[in-house]
Amino acid sequence: MTAPHGDSRPAIVLLFPELLGTYGDGGNAVILAQRLRWRGIGCDVLTVGAGDAVPEGGTIYLLGGGEDGPQVQATRQLARSGAVHRAVEGGAVLFAVCAGMQIAGVTFPGTDGRPVDGLGLLDCTTERTDEPRAVGELWAEPVGAQTSLGSLTGFENHGGRTTPGPTAEILGTVRAGVGNGNGTEGVCATVGSGRAVGTYLHGPALARNPSLADRLLADALGTTLEPLPEVDAEADALRNERLAAVQAGHLDGVAHRTWRDRLLRRN
Amino acid sequence: MVVTSAPALPFRSRAAVGLGRTVRAASRRSGLGEGSVIGGRAALVADPALLARLGWWRRTTLVSGTNGKTTTNHLLAAALAAAEPGSSVAANLEGANMAPGVVAALAADPTAPLAALEVDERWLGHVLERLGPCAVVLLNLSRDQLDRTQEVRRVADGWRSALATLPTRHVVASADDPLVVWAAQRAANPVWVGTGAWWTQDAVGCPACAGRIRFAEGDSDGGWRCDDCGFARPARAVWIDGDDVVWADGRRVRLELTLPGRANAANAAMVLATVTADGAPPQQVAAALASVQEVAGRYRTTTVAGHRVRMLLAKNPAGWQEALQMLAPAVPVVTSINARIADGRDPSWLWDVPFEQLRGRFVVATGERRHDLAVRLAYAGVQHTTAQSLREAVQIATTPGSHGPGERPTGQVAADVIEHDPPVRTTTSLTVRVPDVELIANYTAFQDYLDDVGRHGSAEVPR
Ligand SMILES: [Zn+2]
Repeated sequence: MTAPHGDSRPAIVLLFPELLGTYGDGGNAVILAQRLRWRGIGCDVLTVGAGDAVPEGGTIYLLGGGEDGPQVQATRQLARSGAVHRAVEGGAVLFAVCAGMQIAGVTFPGTDGRPVDGLGLLDCTTERTDEPRAVGELWAEPVGAQTSLGSLTGFENHGGRTTPGPTAEILGTVRAGVGNGNGTEGVCATVGSGRAVGTYLHGPALARNPSLADRLLADALGTTLEPLPEVDAEADALRNERLAAVQAGHLDGVAHRTWRDRLLRRN
Repeated sequence: MVVTSAPALPFRSRAAVGLGRTVRAASRRSGLGEGSVIGGRAALVADPALLARLGWWRRTTLVSGTNGKTTTNHLLAAALAAAEPGSSVAANLEGANMAPGVVAALAADPTAPLAALEVDERWLGHVLERLGPCAVVLLNLSRDQLDRTQEVRRVADGWRSALATLPTRHVVASADDPLVVWAAQRAANPVWVGTGAWWTQDAVGCPACAGRIRFAEGDSDGGWRCDDCGFARPARAVWIDGDDVVWADGRRVRLELTLPGRANAANAAMVLATVTADGAPPQQVAAALASVQEVAGRYRTTTVAGHRVRMLLAKNPAGWQEALQMLAPAVPVVTSINARIADGRDPSWLWDVPFEQLRGRFVVATGERRHDLAVRLAYAGVQHTTAQSLREAVQIATTPGSHGPGERPTGQVAADVIEHDPPVRTTTSLTVRVPDVELIANYTAFQDYLDDVGRHGSAEVPR
């Protein structure tokens, strides 16, 4: 076993993309790796397929979104292996998106609706409710230690509602959208010498939130990182455009739907 | 089928067809567009049995799948017309592919003995049951518009039960797509076509046992097999070999398409397998396929701001992968992304598209979600900028040495990407000039540009 943030090259471990990659989640691995390379830090991206052994020497582990069946399958494999648990306790970072956050929590609903044990890295439980699926833009303002991240923006698409437990740190408070479902968004935790961060900002959440990407990298590497003004100016243009759309009430992420689209119910 | 001409319709159906026609005409007059969907919907309300009444007696071929339906249906309609000169073919060539669109196409051509119909993958069972087609062409299944269609597996299961219970003379299906094979496996006599498999991300889980499917490494022709249950590519009756389509019985025909790309070669092979199954000579069918130049505006070269722009449509990651592969070498690219209802409201799929393949080209991002695209291109290491309109984007893309007024190109520095000496692709019948700009747009962005440049006729026929 190698130390997650020792002298070796950082490794970004993308877990089970074929099970948990429904919404472009693999983009987070591309983003983290590029942000290191642009700073002259070489790194590896390791893709772990379902059934493959989970490496313990990763620097950042990524869990994405997916449907109920694959979610349970991924959880079984992670629980059996214990590698992510040990890596995070030893200083690695887990970034868990949507179904990934539910997996990292205490329990979540399985295919039959009954609770399935998660990894217990995050103090939260997820339940299925009668409320409609949360689909649309999500805007949250970070709180506590997260405040310096700035506004968090993304798209959400999930049926479950997540209740942070008594020891949970939340990522932020919801300004628009649903998030966890009780006005809060995301759950984070310090686990041993590592860190786990869960969010309902789904898919390539880090594309719109480069400060969160850099926080994950800084926590995992134990260093501070130089800014990347050029690419982040483009991310800012995207953030501003999306936040303006949300503030204008386009919560479903639709820039505009023309009367013609509406009438023809296009395709 | 013994019936060869249109039987008389009952009064209710005739009234429904009349109503549909009136609604369609009103919709066209008020500038709403084609009106076929609205007209078809009105007609179906007036007579819910109209689809079967208009179509049951014809020799119908249905085309379904996630990608390539409209193109394949254009190729099919051309092939059927060539195989049976003098017989007209009813077809929904504009791509309106749910029940109302199919009804409209049949009502518009009430006496055509042949029909070539594209059908939305979720509507296939419904249409199959009502039309009892002679042939069904099953292209591929991959994820599309992910916040609308939750699971591609459900679609495959729907096909499987429909094809197992409704007898169809010819089921022509891709042998290289495990989900399609799963769906067509229980049909009476499937004709398996080797189309090549380049998009396998949606098929890694075995549809038979949930085990893992492995695709042969290295090329697209090596087949696939499930590690756990042995579910594997079936023996192919027809496949693509270089520029030829070959049959297991030794027949072989050269494919010289005007339409670009390996995906269209695969679509053409599917049509060849289908139309020749009833005895049409392969040479004659292949010549008809070569004559198809554009498909509802796609592949059309039009003139924007004095520059020749070829218009490509891509709606999902698998379609994008194929569109990227069609691009002429070194030509700058304008890419337009919207995220309206019909596109899927969440453009996260941009991260599933291998935009890294555009490295070395200059790309201009436009459309309502150009900033999402710009960030994606930045991380892909592609030199790019953004523009607010198609016209502006084309002007920036074609201005050598300048990457646009007030724009800030980022990504890898690539010299001379704008300079190019356009190569020329020739087939026996046509010389296709390389465009100045390649435009790839997703669904509503493409429709908007088509409204701009005109929906009908070729703005500029390639010479
Ligand atoms: Zn299997």
